Amino acid sequence: MTLELFIQYLFAGITYGSIYAIVAIGFNIIYNTTGIINFAQGEFVMLGGMISISLLPVLGLPLAIVAAVVITMIFGALLEICFIRWLVNPGVLRMIIITIGLSILTREAALHIWGESIHSLPYFVGNEITSVTIAGARISPQVLWVVGACGCMVIILSIFFQTTSVGRDMRACAANRTAATLCGINTRNMVTLSFMLSAGIGALAGCVVSPITSTAYDNGTGLAIKGFTVAILGGLGNSMAAVGAGLLLGIIEAFSVHIIPLAFQDAIAISLLLLILFIRPHGLFGSRSAGLKEF
Amino acid sequence: MNIRTLVVSLAALCISASPVMAADTIKIGAILAVTGPASFLGGPEARTLEMLVAETNAAGGIDSKQVELIIKDSGANPEKAISFAKQLIEEERVVAVIGPSTSGETMKVKKIFEQAGTPLISCAAAEVIVNPVARYVFKTPQNDSFAVRKIYQTMQDMGIAKIAVLAGNTGFGKAGKEQLTAIAPEMGIEIVEAEVYDKDANDLSAVVAKIKANPDVQAVVNWSIVPAQAIVAKNIRQAGWDVPLFQSHGFGNIKYVETAGAAAEGIIFPAGRLLIADQLADDHPQKAVLTSYITEYEKNFDEQASTFGGHAYDAYIVLKAAIEEAGTDRAALRDAIEGISGLAGTGGVFTFSADDHNGLDIDSFEMITVKAGKFVPLAQ
Repeated sequence: MTLELFIQYLFAGITYGSIYAIVAIGFNIIYNTTGIINFAQGEFVMLGGMISISLLPVLGLPLAIVAAVVITMIFGALLEICFIRWLVNPGVLRMIIITIGLSILTREAALHIWGESIHSLPYFVGNEITSVTIAGARISPQVLWVVGACGCMVIILSIFFQTTSVGRDMRACAANRTAATLCGINTRNMVTLSFMLSAGIGALAGCVVSPITSTAYDNGTGLAIKGFTVAILGGLGNSMAAVGAGLLLGIIEAFSVHIIPLAFQDAIAISLLLLILFIRPHGLFGSRSAGLKEF
Repeated sequence: MNIRTLVVSLAALCISASPVMAADTIKIGAILAVTGPASFLGGPEARTLEMLVAETNAAGGIDSKQVELIIKDSGANPEKAISFAKQLIEEERVVAVIGPSTSGETMKVKKIFEQAGTPLISCAAAEVIVNPVARYVFKTPQNDSFAVRKIYQTMQDMGIAKIAVLAGNTGFGKAGKEQLTAIAPEMGIEIVEAEVYDKDANDLSAVVAKIKANPDVQAVVNWSIVPAQAIVAKNIRQAGWDVPLFQSHGFGNIKYVETAGAAAEGIIFPAGRLLIADQLADDHPQKAVLTSYITEYEKNFDEQASTFGGHAYDAYIVLKAAIEEAGTDRAALRDAIEGISGLAGTGGVFTFSADDHNGLDIDSFEMITVKAGKFVPLAQ
């Protein structure tokens, strides 16, 4: 393998990995506050892409993205307020089934609004054939946007969770819900906030990846499965671990193409997931004690 | 009147009433993937049929009988297609069925129509649908092998001998890859790289890097449905590789060109003449039918006409011509379809026979390329 080919694979892997990681972070935020896996996470990504595409002619690219993120956050909050908050007996399994239902509902609604065809945002810099050369390998500038967005998101999130009082409240809620309630934290609002946050992150991801992957009403599901794999791989609830696991999976997928047929790419992801579940059920980077909440 | 007589007389009423109702309308069924992964096929097909039936009825119907169209949305799911096929044949008692949209579904329902003796005119491309011939099964899209031969002919003209093949893991992709592999030796083409990718793949830059690293590759053929068709093009051009890129006839929708943007420039693919209708000579046999279909479709629906909707258009005009000829008896209808000759449709000029249930030949395809975001005929 030449150095050029190596770097080309590496960047392809980083691209896949960053996309998976962003989706996985969304899973983790909601998991932390509620203990559930929100299977509508992929739909947030799709909505972000679709809304920004619709708003593009009116607002221009930067504002369309901001508006798409805000609208998706409101949508996430509404989902929680309307369907999750008022559950009399909020069992984990029940809530998971509800999120599956909501994901189907959102997908069908998107089909009616935007139709069955694929759309995409324009490339943020240059166009479809622009590429930058890094160490002999050529990659699209959009890849740098995806990697950059993923990096910024992780940094901002960790600052938010470590230093702001709302962030600390959310962490308290994640650590021990009963204790958090006793300390006067409104845990219900924290759950709503976590839905808004992960909807916003999903939407932003949907916007930055749209030029590369295109957006269609049904492409949230595929992303959700990969994101879920990565979240489990890294250890549920740990956003930093999700980035590590995402990049790892992406890079393995990219390099696997060199040795085994491309058709087996998804089999690799699933085999890896099974292997991890057998050997380290708490994830690659998770601590043994954390385990799975209530599962 | 006691309950029993009431029931009996009601039943008698129903039995006597149904033939009268059936005589008033001609029931045509359609099984189309209006939603789901193949909705880019089923959507335009369903809209085309609705438009055509409304036109026929406004003009007084066929033999002064109104046409009743029953569209079932299979979502490209073969199991649903099977149950809809039975429902249309046994409950609705349709005279014929148009669809399904995909090859996989068509192969699943083929036997049902054969046994029920009801004509099926498929809108799916795979050659196996009509080869070997099943008595009651027809199709309007051009054969995959025509597309492959047309591509290889163009490669010979361009002096290309060694190629890489990429295909999606759908029925369409697999069938295309088989045809590409089977026909290559006789056309003097050697496939030096072949890869199959998942239909939901988001980015194919890794596999593009792999085939680019093989210095023997003179051209790339990609055989898949959206969105991978656009992604392959983008990844190849981003890698700074200006290799000739060929796509299948599945690329025939200007939306994919829009999605691929600048990367779509120069893509070469075979397609029906619908895409270049405005550039056809006025005396071309398909000119009139193509112009009228495109104008009507674009007037009724706020989107560009595609070759896929055209397949449903062809299926409908074939069926309509046969009903006008033979009435609504299913066996007579089947014979009438086999007897159709020289019927100009959107996909080509149809001439069916007892052993050709597609009715088209290799000339129904034209090699097309993308220039400045538009489809133009490939200059030889």
